[in-house]
Amino acid sequence: MTDTTRKATRPAPPAAPAGPERAPAPRTARTRRRLTPWLFLIAPLALLLTFTYAPIANMVAYSFTDWDGVSPELNYTGTGNYTELLTRSELFEVFFVSGYYLVASVVQIVLALYFATVLSFNVRFRNFFKGVLFFPYLINGVAIGFVFLYFFQDGGTLDSVLRLLGAETDHAWLGTPFSANTSLAGVSVWRYLGLNFVLFLGAIQSVPGELYEAAEIDGASRWQQFRHIIAPGIRPVLGLSVILSVSGSLSVFEIPYIMTGGATGTETFVIQTVKLAFQFNKTGLASAAAVVLLLIVLAVTWVQRRIVPDEKVDLV
Amino acid sequence: MNRRTALAGPIAVLALLASACTGTGGSSKGADAEAPDDPSGVRGSLTVLTHRTDLVQDGTMKKYAAEFNKTYPGVKVEFDALTDYEGEVKIRMNTENYGDVLMIPAVIEKKDYPKFFASLGSEAERSAKYRFTDYATVGGKVYGQSPIGVVPGFIYNKRVWSEAGVTDWPTTPDEFLDDLKAIRARTDAVPYYTNFKDMWPLTQWTNVNGSVGCDPDATTRLAEGDPWAEGADLRVADTLLYDIVRGGLAEKDPTTTNWEASKPRLAKGEIATMWLGSWAVVQMQDAAKQAGTDPADIGFMPFPAQKDGAFCAVTSPDYQQAVNVHSDDKAAARAWIDWFTDESGYAQANLALSPLKDAPLPEVLKPYGEKGVKLIDLDDAKGGEVKTIDNQSEVGIYKPDYRQELVDLARGARKGSLDDFLGDLGERWAEARDSLGS
Repeated sequence: MTDTTRKATRPAPPAAPAGPERAPAPRTARTRRRLTPWLFLIAPLALLLTFTYAPIANMVAYSFTDWDGVSPELNYTGTGNYTELLTRSELFEVFFVSGYYLVASVVQIVLALYFATVLSFNVRFRNFFKGVLFFPYLINGVAIGFVFLYFFQDGGTLDSVLRLLGAETDHAWLGTPFSANTSLAGVSVWRYLGLNFVLFLGAIQSVPGELYEAAEIDGASRWQQFRHIIAPGIRPVLGLSVILSVSGSLSVFEIPYIMTGGATGTETFVIQTVKLAFQFNKTGLASAAAVVLLLIVLAVTWVQRRIVPDEKVDLV
Repeated sequence: MNRRTALAGPIAVLALLASACTGTGGSSKGADAEAPDDPSGVRGSLTVLTHRTDLVQDGTMKKYAAEFNKTYPGVKVEFDALTDYEGEVKIRMNTENYGDVLMIPAVIEKKDYPKFFASLGSEAERSAKYRFTDYATVGGKVYGQSPIGVVPGFIYNKRVWSEAGVTDWPTTPDEFLDDLKAIRARTDAVPYYTNFKDMWPLTQWTNVNGSVGCDPDATTRLAEGDPWAEGADLRVADTLLYDIVRGGLAEKDPTTTNWEASKPRLAKGEIATMWLGSWAVVQMQDAAKQAGTDPADIGFMPFPAQKDGAFCAVTSPDYQQAVNVHSDDKAAARAWIDWFTDESGYAQANLALSPLKDAPLPEVLKPYGEKGVKLIDLDDAKGGEVKTIDNQSEVGIYKPDYRQELVDLARGARKGSLDDFLGDLGERWAEARDSLGS
């Protein structure tokens, strides 16, 4: 990574200065050359620092205080919030809910892989199906929440469709913890399938076409093509998708928050954190919870990279 | 690698800066906003923060401002309507720019009022004229005044109730349940609608506090006792809600309810009853007009409990208007609050209880007057303490969570018994109170 960027940012060999003047002192030229990339970087870096790192630093600072979110007074409490967090096991029970989303993300990756593979071959209405699959990802998460609220309503879309198919159901889809979490995880699959699909499709299409031709000449079946060309070709993207899914499952928020607000056993760790901060005014404790979640996600990612290292793939 | 180390420096600096940013404000603690003596002499321009986006959009607030200018020609009033009032004002209050006049957000702790707001006068002086002064009193000084008062109660559809053969208000929770059963048996209406999904309607049940025991010191008892002790107001209320849901008297699928849609449904008689407050009557009547049904069908009744043969209803304030302690035009701001509370007619327009002690009962509450319902003002001296215990314990009597769990428990989506559930709440409450050392 670094190599390429450095090459890219290094200007081409200096063009001969116009006119017969003396060339500028090599020292200033070198400083200026070294400064140029930073000048370009000022804007994005300033934005990154202001809107990403500064708030995070602020949050970490709050996590060591008892701040309530508005009061002008705040006291330094040391690691008190972290001790409280780690000694209250019930605060971590909500991670069971993430299990539903973890299972759902497996389904999601398999489905996305399947569709990406199928649509990478010549299929009729290929672009139409691509659009259909990717479309949900473009919709605002809040809108999706509201749409699916009507979908799961008593006598709503889902019930009507099932009735058309002859299955009369009287099931309250968001009524029990199991049913509610499954429904919500289903919505999450519907929403994020498109993203995985596009990532996979891009990776598959970057595999050189000759490989398929060669494989076909050798008499390889579609499954063999997938197994020996596509699968190894998209491994890095697959690894990335898994990491995104795991961290996503641990920090689910939008869909359950809008649809159920965390009621009926659908509370996730992030919803719980938001409630601590904005309902019970324990901003300090909630900041600590957010930091802990960040650490958990980092740890999970690290373990995963250890188990499945990112190898260089060389197909040819 | 060297790039990363280069970045670490600025980040550390930013972290320090950012943490230094919090903890500003509150320097001019203890200012007073005194009422001006000469109305025509008051000059200034005011920004009024309000949660009534509807009234700002339809121009009603502008009319109030024009009316206000007749008495105070030198004051320019502008409104800043915020949809997510609580959330936005909370963040703005970290700076000094949160308007000149604003509604005190519920999140602000009472003890912090003097840091944020200018005093309107002493409690002794104001309580002679106004209701609800103790809700904003800190150290003998009043920091806010609610322009209206509300009374909690059941909104019900009179037509449906009389079709079910019920004409008198039930006087005990059991009688209330029997009436709901009659509605279920004899009409097509949903006897009770929880509005579970929208959450805040469930928090309204906490306003039962005081109505059962008819005790003006009910809030103090929350702070000092177990709110879910046998016979305590909140236990009676929560048990009634539990029994309603348990008995299948509520809507079939509470998890997908819809507040906006519930209004026309009540007006049309598809829903028979909801526990809300007097403020909701206007909205239901509007919904009835839009749905083409009779607004006179919307009825309002107190909690089914009597003390010495009389119903009790608690009056409580809405958002309280206050003056920003950092405002440059405190006199003008004070003039606006006084005028809005005393003369604007805002309370009448909202069919609400006037904050003036000597004002007559509004139309909505006329039946209360006829049936001898006793209106009591709760003593809110310990109100701040109750909020602190509530947050510390994470029970949330003013938040929807525990009642959502209660409803889940009642409909079998959650395991456990009611006694254990309420007992656990009481324990957490007591624990938090003890840890606060009161």
